[in-house]
Amino acid sequence: MQTRRIFKDRLAKETMLVLTIVSILFVIVMGIGLYMKSAPILGEKSLWDLLSSSQWRPMKGEFGFLPFIVGTLWVTFIAIILAFPVSLLTAIFLTEYAKPIVKKCVFPALDILAALPSVIYGIWGTLVIVPVISEKLAPHFVEYSSGYTVLAAGMVLGVMILPLLVSLFIEVFSIVPLELREASWALGATRWQTTRKVVLRKTFAGIIASTVLAISRAFGETIAVLMVCGCMITIPNNIFESCYPIPALIANNYGEMLSMPLYESALMFAALILFVVVLVFNILSRIVLYRMEKKLN
Amino acid sequence: MSIEVKNLNVYIKDNHILKNINLTLPEKKITCIIGPSGCGKSTLLKTLNRLIDSVENVRVEGNVFVDGEDIINSNGYQVTELRRKIGLVNQRPCPLPMSIYANVAYGCRINNMYRGRKLHRVVCKNLEAVGLWNEVNGRLRTPAVRLSIGQQQRLCLARSLAVEPEYILADEATSALDPISAKKVEDLFMTLKDKYSIIMVTHTLRQAVRIADYVVFMYLGEIIEEGPADQIFNNPQQELTKNYLSGAFS
Repeated sequence: MQTRRIFKDRLAKETMLVLTIVSILFVIVMGIGLYMKSAPILGEKSLWDLLSSSQWRPMKGEFGFLPFIVGTLWVTFIAIILAFPVSLLTAIFLTEYAKPIVKKCVFPALDILAALPSVIYGIWGTLVIVPVISEKLAPHFVEYSSGYTVLAAGMVLGVMILPLLVSLFIEVFSIVPLELREASWALGATRWQTTRKVVLRKTFAGIIASTVLAISRAFGETIAVLMVCGCMITIPNNIFESCYPIPALIANNYGEMLSMPLYESALMFAALILFVVVLVFNILSRIVLYRMEKKLN
Repeated sequence: MSIEVKNLNVYIKDNHILKNINLTLPEKKITCIIGPSGCGKSTLLKTLNRLIDSVENVRVEGNVFVDGEDIINSNGYQVTELRRKIGLVNQRPCPLPMSIYANVAYGCRINNMYRGRKLHRVVCKNLEAVGLWNEVNGRLRTPAVRLSIGQQQRLCLARSLAVEPEYILADEATSALDPISAKKVEDLFMTLKDKYSIIMVTHTLRQAVRIADYVVFMYLGEIIEEGPADQIFNNPQQELTKNYLSGAFS
């Protein structure tokens, strides 16, 4: 009986270890696969040329990824700039101020927002955001804008990652024990002072980690962005111009690529860029977080 | 400077937690609130500085007069000012996520009490008052969580004292500490009672015997008996108190 118990325990441990290794292997295999598929174009063009050139003429064998990289960074940057403060303040309100009844109403709404298919966000962006930018907002700043712009893509993406960020922040804030808040209140602090000086400070690392997760998610978002970004292969000079982020490039051209081997390789390289950017971004933020936590504790 | 509780009833959801509490807490003395687990000691303590407000579905009826002002029913009463006046030391030490120095300075900063050199003097004075100065001098800027549990509890006490309270509430303040640290905190309370009125919830009868000047015995949300420590411990009037003190239940 005793041996059976120990056997089961060992079996559970070994199974979970194998599954953990398999999940990590997925990432490694994916990376290797993308690299191997990108090898033809990397063999013909220098890495610097691919990353720094803005000429994209697949028929002539010119593959410059700069417009796509810039487009991806622009859209992600705008999305996070818009979503971060709104979601942080929403999460603060829900955890620190809201009455239970308000929480009970808002949480399911957030879940619904998070579960909506991205194509719905895309349609909403096309029907609402694009006309508003084109007719109301852009005329104040530029002569003409179609509305299918960096800003539209950033706004739609911002709204998409909002529920994710709010949920993550709420999760992070709920880790702060009530005793810590009480310790601050007991000294005469208001709720806002306690939030600013205790809760946010205590959860700083968690806030950064959550934001990194949301940014990683934003980097790869495809359909909704594709529907409102304009898909023009240019480096946008301002937020009222169209752009073409990497995921949109891959999704739009995936069908055509089979006929041209170098084109296929170029699109796989685009996926590799996305993969590496997300990976490096995550690793860097982990290092920063580790150092910060070490300093704080 | 007094705390007077009149006809206090506290309900959480449908549970009647505190039942018709009437109590006048003596000044510049250590009042120990004793009683078995779940009898409402901590709820009573939390009502005195209105931390009970953060409990969901709570209803408070009755009056608590602090320095003559009803803190429960007076709309204009500043809860933040009340809490500054009534320091709290919790069961588990709760250092704020900042340095040792910033922990003690925190209350003064948020209440705009002191700045600069004056603030520095207040921090040093209070660290000395709790016997921590010699132990932390030279590493004031290190995070407070690096201190031992006993040191953390004394730091929390220094933090409470820094905002110049008139009362100190201690909720089983030594129960999470090792015997040596517990003794240090206990001795501290003995020295502090000259300046502050201390209201202490304790589970340890021996501790109450050692330090209490006045004792309140609670059972199932009611005050069964209260009086000077000598009287309660040597000549209790109520059968329940006798049974509790003899260890018949805990």
